Amino acid sequence: MDGFATMAEFLQFAFSGLTVGAVYALVALGFTIIYNASDVVNFAQGEFVMLGGMVTVAVSAAGIPLPLAALFAVALAVGVGVALHRLAIEPAHGASPVVLIIITIGASIFIRGVAQIVFDRQFHKLPSFSGDAPFVLFGATILPQSLWVMGGAGAIVVVLHAFFERTILGKAVLAAAANRLAARLVGIDTRLIMTLSFGISAAIGAVAGILVTPITLTSYNVGTLLALKGFAGGMLGGMGNPLGAVLGGLLLGLVEAFGAGYLSSTYKDGIAFVMILVVLFVSPRGLLGRRSVERV
Amino acid sequence: MRGIFSKRRMTLLVLVALVAVLPLVFPSGYYYRVAALVWISALAAVGLNILMGYAGQVSLGHAGFFGVGAYAVAIGPARLGLASWICILLGAAASGGIAWLVGRPILRLKGHYLAIGTLGFGVLIALVLTSEAKWTGGPDGTSVARLAVANMRISGPTAWYWISGFVLVFGAWLALNLEDSPAGRALRALHDSEIAAALGGIDVARHKLWAFVLAAVYASIAGSELALFDGFITPDTAGFLHSIELVAMVVLGGMGSVLGSVVGAALLTTLPQLLTVFVEYEQALLGLIIMLAMIFLRLGIVPGVQRMLARSAS
Amino acid sequence: MSALAAENVAIAFGGIVAVDGVSFSVEPGNIFSIIGPNGAGKTTLFNIMSGIYRPGSGRILLAGEDVTGLEPHRLAAKGLARTFQNLQIFFRMSVVENVMVGRHLREARDLMKALFRFPSVGHQNRATREKARELLAFVGLADRADDAAGSLPYGGLRRLEIARALALEPRLLLLDEPAAGCNPVETEAVEGLVREIVRSGITVVLVEHDMRFVMRVSDRILVLDGGKKLAEGTADEVRRNPQVIAAYLGRYGSKEAARARS
Ligand SMILES: Nc1ncnc2c1ncn2[C@@H]1O[C@H](COP(=O)(O)OP(=O)(O)O)[C@@H](O)[C@H]1O
Ligand SMILES: [Mg+2]
Repeated sequence: MDGFATMAEFLQFAFSGLTVGAVYALVALGFTIIYNASDVVNFAQGEFVMLGGMVTVAVSAAGIPLPLAALFAVALAVGVGVALHRLAIEPAHGASPVVLIIITIGASIFIRGVAQIVFDRQFHKLPSFSGDAPFVLFGATILPQSLWVMGGAGAIVVVLHAFFERTILGKAVLAAAANRLAARLVGIDTRLIMTLSFGISAAIGAVAGILVTPITLTSYNVGTLLALKGFAGGMLGGMGNPLGAVLGGLLLGLVEAFGAGYLSSTYKDGIAFVMILVVLFVSPRGLLGRRSVERV
Repeated sequence: MRGIFSKRRMTLLVLVALVAVLPLVFPSGYYYRVAALVWISALAAVGLNILMGYAGQVSLGHAGFFGVGAYAVAIGPARLGLASWICILLGAAASGGIAWLVGRPILRLKGHYLAIGTLGFGVLIALVLTSEAKWTGGPDGTSVARLAVANMRISGPTAWYWISGFVLVFGAWLALNLEDSPAGRALRALHDSEIAAALGGIDVARHKLWAFVLAAVYASIAGSELALFDGFITPDTAGFLHSIELVAMVVLGGMGSVLGSVVGAALLTTLPQLLTVFVEYEQALLGLIIMLAMIFLRLGIVPGVQRMLARSAS
Repeated sequence: MSALAAENVAIAFGGIVAVDGVSFSVEPGNIFSIIGPNGAGKTTLFNIMSGIYRPGSGRILLAGEDVTGLEPHRLAAKGLARTFQNLQIFFRMSVVENVMVGRHLREARDLMKALFRFPSVGHQNRATREKARELLAFVGLADRADDAAGSLPYGGLRRLEIARALALEPRLLLLDEPAAGCNPVETEAVEGLVREIVRSGITVVLVEHDMRFVMRVSDRILVLDGGKKLAEGTADEVRRNPQVIAAYLGRYGSKEAARARS
């Protein structure tokens, strides 16, 4: 293979890695936001992605214009996220982390089960937002939709950053994440903050689902693997660190794309998990995890 | 607590009585099948309880070992010409060996990190079983030769009811013995405080590791039983969802309670059987059951009932 | 040879130097106390001595042997036991089982024999339980043996930790604020326990805030402040040390300083 083709191939893998990685990053970001606000590891995070895609597909199939359908899907996902917090997480207040994990896994099985009844078990596609004509960069072909995914993910990160740094509400969320008791003492409604976090995470997940569906298709059961990989991405970056989550997600997408391209596509889905195991074995709290010594 | 009616003996007595008496009330042969499935799941849950209930270490990938045991009795006889019962032992040895190898680094992890570590490990096993289609038959699964002892084929729900019932009682006996021994106390101690346990002279890493190995062996044998009983096996038995079901059995029945693990296994095995009338709704209902059980029966059924009985007694 | 010695021990947590070049040595059979204001580094020093933290620099010697960085369970095997300021009780177990755990190293621990319930396992359980009950009687918890550990009052939990540590049959016992949260009667009981423990030949290192208690029982006292050694000596020497008086005056006002002097 000549140098140019090698280079083109490399770029091709990099682009597809960044595209998938952007989705992982958004799922990981959603994980992190909920985790920071409530210490809950929300395994239903992938279901928000599924809902974003599936609801948009179903609603636009009914003749509603795509942007409206997408808006509706995000709103619905937010509703599900809020319901998840109020109906499943809050009543289990004080439960051990394992119990909370199982509750969210139960929720994800439930949401998937309902989706399977309401929709169907087929794969579905959305039209690309800006057509399907790929353009070529140094020999690598890039789908316009990939740019939508990466750009969308970037926009979400920027908006979130502004929200956390610039608005009172955002600062309240950060305060609650840093120290729940202290936040409550200064009058922050931590319950509201948690519900808000579930809502925001759901919205992020749904947007990711809408953006990526034109490329990867969607079906009622895409959520599980996404949740696992998003979790892996968040874990790689170090639980609770939003920037780490984004980087972890992107890294995971890249490693997966290169691994599948150069090593074995059969074990593409395994790469994520090999990577987490290796990282955790070397650094038991993730790459950017807060290092702390257990106190007695 | 002690004497003839120690918790250990009572639990064992209840289990033996259950296995012995249940068939008297079975209206049809179908119930042998369901009960055998319960005993098999219960064996895996009792093993996982050693790790989760005693030692407090969660494993979200435990079905991986179940899968290793299941595929051992599928592949060994068909491809290598080994006797099924030898493959049960080989599978258990392989599971124990794998657990021993990966256990030390994995069990250094704590909390959510342990959860994702074990989860990833389980997913990898399931992935190998799905991908190595040449050996495993791939995602569609593979058939399993029936168990034969001295040229007698052992199959059918009634035979498996008694085999799995006996193995469960034996496994429960071992777990109960462990609970009431220095090692068992060490495990339960490190559940509450690893530091205090370590300063009591307990080698925490080693004890966790052995709990992991034991739990893996239990799961593997349960997997072998299921494969031989069903005569067919798919990679789903090693999958994430199955791992979650196993964990839910332990938590639902009551962490640390052997009887609880059996009760949890019974509930989560029979409920889907009852719900098969609503095939469409099975997943949604399973998710709902898991959620509700964890929200409202968080302490676990058996400890909850025991507490109620103790209260009404005093 | 000293029972325990620290040589220039130091540790920092992300910039905060919690223990800063501390040296001391404890004679066998003594009660050696470490005092100092909150945050002085007393518990951190205990954590280093018991192998929970590895010091950034310096050495720990146990009966002359360098044990720096040894894992806690290995230190336990060498005869070191401790209690915790932040209680570390096995709350899922009964009171007597908590103490039975402390017998771990004194028990035969063959896993196979345990799994298959060799008769020796049952015998040993009975012996362990018997010994644990004796220790509970020693700390005054005999009648609570079969209760859930969580049902004990605070002072009871502190004594339970002492019983559990003694179950190890240690040569050296580290007590981190054994009378914290105790009323005067309970504190007196703890003091009596400490005296009896030393009488039985165990060396005791004590961290305690109750100055009268400390002054009465200690053979030697080490004063820590801000991670550094401020003074060391007998109760009288420490009481009269101007630096110690200044530190206590400066921080706590005259009342506590007067109490320390009385
Ligand atoms: N694991 C840890 N991580 C960070 N800081 C710690 C840790 N352990 C102790 N410290 C700090 O070290 C200092 C000494 O604490 P400590 O030894 O508990 O004091 P004392 O027991 O004398 O009251 C304090 O400033 C405390 O915050
Ligand atoms: Mg302290």
